[in-house]
Parts: sequence; structure tokens; C-alpha cells
Amino acid sequence: MNTAILGPVLMFLATIVLALPLGKYMAKVYRNEPTFLNRVFNPIDRFLFKISGVDPGREQSWQQQMLALLTINVVWFLLGMLVLMNQGRLPLNPDHNPGQSAYLAFNTVISFLVNCNLQHYSGESGLSYLGQLYLMFLQFVTAATGMAAAVTVFYALQKDTLSTLGNFYNFFVRSLTRILIPISVIIALIFLARGMPMTFAGKSRMQTLQGDTVQVSTGPVAAFVPIKHLGTNGGGFFGANSAHPFENPDYLSNMVAMVSQMLIPFAMIFALGYFLKNRKLSLMIFGVMTAGFIALLIPTMLQEMKGNPHIAQMGIDNALGAMEGKEVRFGAASSAFWSIATTVISTGSVNAMHDSFMPLSGMNQMLAMMTNCFYGGCGVGILNFFIFMILAVFISGLMVGRTPEFMGKKIEAREMKIAMIIALLHPFLILAGTALSAAFPALTLSTLNNPGAHGLSEILYEYTSAAANNGSGFEGLGDNTPWWNISTGVVLLLARFLPIIGPVAIAGSLAAKKYIPESSGTLKTDTGTFGLMVLAVIALVAALSFFPALTLGPIADYFSF
Amino acid sequence: MKANIFIALRLTAVSLLLCAGIYTLLIRACAQLAPNKGKGMMCTQKGQSYYSNIGQAFTEDRYFNSRPSAVGYNAAGSGGSNKGSNNPGYRAQVQERIDRFMAHNPGIPKSKIPVDLVTASGSGLDPDISEAAASVQVKRIAAVRSIDEAVLQQLVEQHTEKPLLGLFGPSRINVLELNIALDNISK
Repeated sequence: MNTAILGPVLMFLATIVLALPLGKYMAKVYRNEPTFLNRVFNPIDRFLFKISGVDPGREQSWQQQMLALLTINVVWFLLGMLVLMNQGRLPLNPDHNPGQSAYLAFNTVISFLVNCNLQHYSGESGLSYLGQLYLMFLQFVTAATGMAAAVTVFYALQKDTLSTLGNFYNFFVRSLTRILIPISVIIALIFLARGMPMTFAGKSRMQTLQGDTVQVSTGPVAAFVPIKHLGTNGGGFFGANSAHPFENPDYLSNMVAMVSQMLIPFAMIFALGYFLKNRKLSLMIFGVMTAGFIALLIPTMLQEMKGNPHIAQMGIDNALGAMEGKEVRFGAASSAFWSIATTVISTGSVNAMHDSFMPLSGMNQMLAMMTNCFYGGCGVGILNFFIFMILAVFISGLMVGRTPEFMGKKIEAREMKIAMIIALLHPFLILAGTALSAAFPALTLSTLNNPGAHGLSEILYEYTSAAANNGSGFEGLGDNTPWWNISTGVVLLLARFLPIIGPVAIAGSLAAKKYIPESSGTLKTDTGTFGLMVLAVIALVAALSFFPALTLGPIADYFSF
Repeated sequence: MKANIFIALRLTAVSLLLCAGIYTLLIRACAQLAPNKGKGMMCTQKGQSYYSNIGQAFTEDRYFNSRPSAVGYNAAGSGGSNKGSNNPGYRAQVQERIDRFMAHNPGIPKSKIPVDLVTASGSGLDPDISEAAASVQVKRIAAVRSIDEAVLQQLVEQHTEKPLLGLFGPSRINVLELNIALDNISK
């Protein structure tokens, strides 16, 4: 095996090794059990709870939790609009960047609020440092929000019949202080050691060795980047995101960034197993997700390492693979690995430009977001997967003629209705958005960067990314227009909050039911067979709903080579 | 509901203080111990200092050329070309770069031109080129600067950064550092 492939292998294995103990720790944190770090964190939490007037022990129903979640999101949205539209006048703006327009600020705040970070601006010119810091704050709290919602589901899946499921504020604060902030500090220290800038000085003008005059933007990058990955946010400090040499200086920083974005999604699955004392269940989930991930990953890596056949035909040395939009320090293999990891996980940070990948690699990146549950984002990945498990229970229940049950709770019409709506919402938002954009070329045609089928892929990718709350893009798209800002903003909102509320509602309704002990008639949900069933359901939903659109975009692009 | 709003406001204030304030200041303080105090890695030549990992445009024949860039190596912005791999205009552009390279490097067979020299990077600020991309330029630079090719080839090898721990990732050459060394051996 060569060094280009060994890198991704190490990144994947290192994540598993780190995620196992972290998952165990997270299960303890969410069960309010003592950990060795309590002495440090208890006083901090107490201070936070006291100032904000929260009683962490007060039990909430799932409805109360969702209300709390939505309320605080509204506050973050309003404050964000205020900061971004007025950043030109506010402090920490050495580059004198102007305030954002209302349309752009709407899109920016929404997309950071929903953990997506589409970024219709470039960090160098579109944000002041105060704006960047506010967005960094959103990267912390939205990750914590997703995790808190997942924990609500953890509580609901216990055997007891429950009407309350813990306290949202408690889960939220614990996610911040005991998981996200401390790990971010550790990652930031590594990044600092690799020479990532951490300064509040503005742009500097300098002369190059050859004698040209250029400007170089810097900023508080080393604080911003850790949570960007750890929280599966993906919003870049600079326009080029993690391809930028300041944001990702070398192969080691690239590996650390990669591991840190896969870490919490992996750990969350293991945490579920430890939390419910059901290791087989988390193994089944992890196995299905990994199978999906590998199936998308391998063809993508192979294609990118093989390179662009058009360029090979020109007769040059094509051994490095498809290097358009990629950095030499990462190479084609690692960039391909990153592109699939960041799309399955809903990070959406990029270390290479997805627009310039081979057509079928671009298709796999889209499929990763269309399924949106192979690992998935911080907390929300497991919620999306939960929906597919409910569907699989129902379908396999029908096939073998048994009452559908999940974790000892009966699945009935109400749960199925919610699951169906959430499962169909995702393709609906993507396909309706793409169809509207294609139907009104006056709004979109001039914003495309590539002709033909690839241009349609740019549109399809944008809505897929918005609906998956991913945030990566085929960045050639000139997306800072009212049409793109508003239409994707609406998709973002619906695609974030409904897929959080839906699974929590199902879980809440299951929690209130009576536990039925396992019998010979029970369909086991922690086995390989059931895992295959879930995988089949995911593949069917993705293939049936997206195949026609993919045919017109990346597949047509591929066949016109 | 009213209670929710009050808690939301206060929790926002205090978590803003923690995540954007205290955390940022802590990292800022740690940066004082980092290389170049967190101002970015620099290298100097003749009293001028340069960011060593922000690529620069090297287009002249007397320097090892850097990769094409969609932003002209102006680090006030960053980004790639975002051209699709099948885009006819893009293919013409790559062909043009190949022809340009052939014109500037007579005697080099086309099959020796590595792909990184004719494709734009993702950031537009790629500081590196591959080892093959440096070696293929040795002949031209040797002629322009009247230096022995073997000396230049050795310089290239000295500046090649091997994969991490010899195991992970590609090897690469920082073009700026290579060119500074080149200037130092031939005034």
C-alpha cells in the first residue's frame, strides 16, 4: 500500500480508537454520572445554570424540550442578524469589511443556526472578526443543540414508561462544557503548533519574491477551526475553507481535522450503546453506516486517483490523479476521502473543490448527503438513522407478519406517519428546489459556472447540501443572489428543525408506551439481518427518489465524456 | 413560554461569553507559545519576510514555477477554478498551459509534465508542487541561470518534504523555500 492510501486508513482507524472511550464518557455525562473531570466542570456548570436561571434537575416532556430548543434558536437568529448586518460599524473589523445585506445575513445566520454553513460569502471580505466570532459561537451551540436532541431520544429508548425525558438545558450545557469546549481546546493546541494563525491583526500587504504585490488575510483561525470540525459545522474561516494553507497547513493538521469531524458522530453511536447497555445495537448501527460510507468512498477514491481521462489523453504525466481544485500537500486520495467523509457526516468543510471532482465522485458526494444518515451530523445523524430504523421495523414487521416493535415499544400509526413525513421531506425539499430553479432559468442560469449537465449538478448539489444541512457546495455557483439566499434559507430551516422534532416526537411517544418483554415473536433489531434491512430501506428511499435527478446531472455528465 | 424566553436570553449571554469570549482569549493566550506567536509561519530573505505556507506566483523562467491559481495568488481572497472536469473551456485551458510549458521548456517530452503544473489548486494559494513538478523544471532553470543540473537536482531533493513519518500522505516541495534557496546559490 502506498502512502496516499495509508493516510485515510489511519484517519479512519484513529477515529474509532478515540471514539470508543469518548462514547463511554459521553454516556456517563448524559446519565449525570460522576466522571473524573467533575471537579473541574461541576462549578462551571453550576455558574452557567445559576446565571441563566435553569434548574437542571427539572424534568421536561419532549414537547417542553422542543419548545425550549426553538425559543433559544430564535434568540440566536435575531442576535445574528443584528451582528452581521451591522458588523461594519462594530469593533474587531481591521479590514473594514461592510455589513452584510439583509438577504445575505438571513442566509448566513440561518445556515450557521442549522449547523449547515452554506456560506454565500467569502470569509476574507464578507465578515469582520466579530462576525466570525459570532459564527464560531453558533458552531458551538448548534452542535450542542443537535447532541441534546439526540440525548432526548436516548432517554426515550429506555425500557421504562416515561412521560418526561430529562432537561434540554442540562443536555445542552453539558454538551458544551464537558465535550465540545475541552476537545476544541486540545485540537486548537495541535493546530497552533502546526503554525495556524491566531491573531486579530488585519490584512497585510506584501511583496513576493518575484516582485508582485499581494495582500494576505489572517485572523483568529486557530480558535475557529477546531469547533468547525468537531461540531460537524464546516463553515470555513476563509473562502477556500480547509483547502486554505492557513486553515489547514499540512498533512498532520489535515488528519487532525478529519478525525475531529468524524469523532462525535462515531462517539454518539457508541454512546447510545453504552447508554442503553445494548452494545449489539450500536454495533449494528455502526456497521450499517460504515457499509454505506465504504460503498461511496472506494469508487470515489479510485476515480480521483486515476485522474481526469481528458487530461490523460493530452499526453502528460497524470500519475497524481485529478488535481484540479486539489492541494499538493493532501493529494488526490486524501482529498477524495475527505470529500466523502464531509458529505456523509454533514460537516461540509472541504479541502478540495467538489465542483472539479469527476462526475461520479460528485454523484457519490451528493448520494452521501441524500442518504444523510451514514454517521451524519453532531447528534442529528443518529436521529436521521432512527427514522430509517422505524421504517425498517415497520416494513420487516409487515413482511413476516409480526406487530412492529422497536426496543420493546409498539410502533403504531402515529409514529409511522411522522416517520414517513420526515423521510419524504428530504427528497421533497431537494427535488422541489432543484425543479423550481431549473424552471426559472432567469433566476439561476447566469449563476452557473459550468455548461451542460454539470450546471444542473451545481443546482442539485446546492439544494442537497442545504437539505442535508451539510454546507459544502459546487462552489462555482454564484450563490449570493436573493433567489439562492432565500430559497436555500427556507430549505435549511425546514430541513433542520422538522428532522429534529420528528424523531424526538416519535421517541417521546414510544417512551410513553408500555414495555413489552422480548418473546419468540419479537423481531430482533440488533442483528445483522435487521442491519441489512435498514440498509435496503435507505438504499431504496435514496435510489427511487433521487435516481432520475442524478441521471440528468452527474450521470449524464459522465456519459458525455 | 415567558420563562423560556428569559432563560434563552440569559443562557445565550453566558454561553456567548464562554464560547466566543473566554475560549477565544484562552487560545489567543496559548498562541503566544506557538511558532511565531500565532502570526503565521514566516521565512525571511534579504530582510523581507514572507508567509512560508501561503503560495506565491512564480511565473518567470528563472524560478521554479508554482501551480496555476484561480485567484492569482492574491491571499486577500482564496478559491479554486470550480471548473467541471468535463467542461470544454476548461480542457482548452489545460491544453494551453501544456503548450505554454512546452514552449518555455524545450527538450522536455510532454509525457514528463506532471498534472499538478497544469491544474489550479483548491485554495489558489497552494504553496507546494510535487517532486516531479520541480524536477521537470531543472533543465530550464539550469540553462537560464547557468548552474549545473546536478546541483539543482540535489537542491530539489534537499527541499522535498517526505510523507508524514514516511508513511502518510504525498511528498511535496514548498516552492517559495526552494526558490529562496535557489536565489542563495546563484546571485
